[in-house]
Amino acid sequence: MSKKTLSTEEILHIAKLGNLTLTEKEVELFKKQLSSVIEYIDKLQEVDTKNVEPLSQTTGLTDIFRKDEPDEKRTLIPEEALKNTKSKENNLFKVKAVLTE
Amino acid sequence: MDKKYQPIIGMETHVELKTKSGMFCGCKNDPDAKKPNIHTCPVCLGLPGALPVANKKAIEWTIKLGLALGCKINKLSKFDRKHYFYPDLPKGYQISQYDMPFCYQGKVETSFGPVRITRVHLEEDTGKLIHQNINGHNVSLIDFNRSGVPLVEVVTEPDIFSSVQAKEYAKKLRQIIRYLDISDCDMEKGGMRLEANISLLNVKSQMTNNKSNSKFKLPNYKVELKNINSFRFLERGIEYEIERQREILESGKTPIQETRGYNAEKNITFTQRTKEEAADYRYFPDPDLPPINISEKWLNEIKSTLPEPFDGLFKRWQEKYNLKPELVELLFETAEESKKLEELFKKCIKEKLSVEKFVNAMVHKKIKTIEEFKKMTNIDEVSDDDLKVIIEKILKVNPKAVADYKAGKINTINFLVGMVMREAKKKIEFQRLQDLIKSFL
Repeated sequence: MSKKTLSTEEILHIAKLGNLTLTEKEVELFKKQLSSVIEYIDKLQEVDTKNVEPLSQTTGLTDIFRKDEPDEKRTLIPEEALKNTKSKENNLFKVKAVLTE
Repeated sequence: MDKKYQPIIGMETHVELKTKSGMFCGCKNDPDAKKPNIHTCPVCLGLPGALPVANKKAIEWTIKLGLALGCKINKLSKFDRKHYFYPDLPKGYQISQYDMPFCYQGKVETSFGPVRITRVHLEEDTGKLIHQNINGHNVSLIDFNRSGVPLVEVVTEPDIFSSVQAKEYAKKLRQIIRYLDISDCDMEKGGMRLEANISLLNVKSQMTNNKSNSKFKLPNYKVELKNINSFRFLERGIEYEIERQREILESGKTPIQETRGYNAEKNITFTQRTKEEAADYRYFPDPDLPPINISEKWLNEIKSTLPEPFDGLFKRWQEKYNLKPELVELLFETAEESKKLEELFKKCIKEKLSVEKFVNAMVHKKIKTIEEFKKMTNIDEVSDDDLKVIIEKILKVNPKAVADYKAGKINTINFLVGMVMREAKKKIEFQRLQDLIKSFL
């Protein structure tokens, strides 16, 4: 993956996955920036990991569970839950219509 | 359907577990609460910094289901983040399981053959979207009561070959889940949601290309039929899809790989998402949730909570009580209920009543107790001792009938039964009386 510049399509795909709308200028900007970020991350390829087990977390913890008991102390009342949203309707969050039938 | 094309179907089924609390938070598990957004917290609203902690019971129930489906259980498992943007998913990712599901390689038997289970994994449900037009604007309203409810997904291999088999599989799966009493599987409320992956195999071209190998090659496309909330719609949706795909193939084209929805009113399927927009989920292990070891000890504890296997129960009842599975299955859902039912069967036997007739009456006449059954069949309460006195008397005054019976005219016993009933002035079960009289002869 070294020294590769991302294509416009790749940038737009990544933007779409991130739910972002980019201007043409931003596409060009991120093409350069993201490519150099990837190149930088690619340095990791130089490390020999032949004898290293894949690791998914570093805390060393395992088997952390909750009992199946409602803990209503942490439950928010609807007014609290909706406090920081600009767009609401009768204690429901409101967004622009999404595709459905 | 002509023989040229063979439908190849795999299924994915989502089921909400009926734990008391959420999958990763302590919110009350009540996805259908009447008031919106009354069961939310920083975890299931996806607020920054909230820490999810896995519900142990939900994990145990998932493994329990896996065991009931004959699955192998992973000794080490974990949760992963599945990323996509949708307003019902506040974190921008769903906590699910990617490459280390709790259970894998199981099987569900259908009358058309076994359906292999690929995997059974655990995830969290999303919020519920309500689509409305408010002041001339189309909007979607979000209720997060359902967000974070434990959700199990059961995935099959493409081992289903007709819409009828798909329906049978789905019904069987629901039966097994309800039997374990881990979910209500209420399809109308979304407690059980069906998806079918459908494609058509050109049988003829397979035969010429693949003569020596009996195992078929899967078609190079599949259509995902989503969010079906009844068995009837599953069957109809698949039927529609088979016909639609057949027409496309007949015209020399290949159906587009896409996700389609089913419209029950029009009985058609429609495009929801095409391949160009196909999901790119960027799965990775959730660093907030440490890996899970399923030790031999824990697994044995879970195994000890398993009821008698579902299929085994029906087989045993058929052998022991001569009960047809398709009849008796209407009388119970959970293993607990099946135990209570069998208590009644045992009582029937004790009182020399026919379990078969009792079950028939339960199904067709909606009776619930043995007392009701007796009343219905007009069977009076008479003790064996009282009957014995009467039988002795009848046998004494009918020496010819007794002699005839002993000489081999076994039908004479019916005459004696009638005489005893008349003398007793009571309705008594025929078989019971016959057996009693025989014991005297």
